[in-house]
Amino acid sequence: MGKFHKHQDGTEHEHHDDEHDDQVGAGDRHGDFGDLSGYQTGPERVVVLERIFGENDRLAAANRSTLDAAGVTAINMMSSPGAGKTAILRRTLASLVDTTRVAIIEGDIETSLDAQRLAGFGAQIALLNTANGFGGECHLDAPMIASALPRLHLATVDLLFIENVGNLVCPAEFDVGAHHRVMVYSITEGEEKPLKYPVMFRSVELVLVNKLDLLPHLDFDLPLFLRNLANVNPTATVLQVSARSAEGLDLWYNWLAEIGQRTERAATISPKLPANPSH
Amino acid sequence: MHELSMCASIYEIVDRTAAGRPVTVIHLVVGELRQVVPDTLTYCWSMVSDQTALAGSQLVVHSVPVTLRCLDCSSTTTLTDELLLLCTQCNGANVSVTTGAEEFMLQSLELAEA
Repeated sequence: MGKFHKHQDGTEHEHHDDEHDDQVGAGDRHGDFGDLSGYQTGPERVVVLERIFGENDRLAAANRSTLDAAGVTAINMMSSPGAGKTAILRRTLASLVDTTRVAIIEGDIETSLDAQRLAGFGAQIALLNTANGFGGECHLDAPMIASALPRLHLATVDLLFIENVGNLVCPAEFDVGAHHRVMVYSITEGEEKPLKYPVMFRSVELVLVNKLDLLPHLDFDLPLFLRNLANVNPTATVLQVSARSAEGLDLWYNWLAEIGQRTERAATISPKLPANPSH
Repeated sequence: MHELSMCASIYEIVDRTAAGRPVTVIHLVVGELRQVVPDTLTYCWSMVSDQTALAGSQLVVHSVPVTLRCLDCSSTTTLTDELLLLCTQCNGANVSVTTGAEEFMLQSLELAEA
């Protein structure tokens, strides 16, 4: 492929290694990208082979390094609109207020309504209104998180929730630099959602199945949903909860404590100040 | 509409790589699990490139179908219309996605003949 390369343009080639992650073209890089033999004639071609999200992924890695250095565990929380991310976070903040220092990056296309709902629990909150982004974004990406991190005092944070924009498609595509990906699914959304949005459901390690208190009032087939979920993501941890009644949320808090401990064991940082006892 | 921010990333790469040379066609390789809608992507590209040096250039999306390898029976499945991640041989869900998941790459540019 060398004869088609235009090195004088300064193109970097670190992306070549990434292809192996894709398990595509590991032996013959061009083999899976179509027949390039026609490139010898006709208009001049420049072979680029650069990952389109390369810049986002570099910034995501930088965000993770920043968080690691501060001993912060970050969770990217995703869901469709109205599934209950903010309601679960409210419960979570109230539960953790005495034991864990929490920060939240709150993504919303417009308004600060969610941030207002989360105020008053001692958590640091950084609001990202994505309407100011390029075209009113439907997701958070690594540059947005990079811009929000300096607004948080990370040295006094244990756990960072990144509340993504409500959407089952776009947020799954963007690594923001969190350590864990979690989604909230509500049983009012229908059993087929994992099959319709497999990328989102596959991308997470934990699914909170929310609004369980509504189960007696719905025709929702919970076992069918769980089968559909297992079909697209057989390894996900599934917790059945109700943000309204708090049912099942202890399991969620246990999971949070567990990942926090894992981070603590891995970290080699100086001890932090205790959580603010006034809340 | 994550296609819009995809186009912003594509613009950055094309602009840097072309370094002022006239670009006519941009070839992308996109796994089908990336949830890119090709028509939306090309529409967004016309918006993003409008009134720039890249105005009028075309995006061509080469889709990579989703193929699965069953970890139980070792057979290979290529998904056609539905993105149902099941082995067609044994109907098992214990599969790994071998292609079509991660690919999202700017493959090449075509330049106008001088």
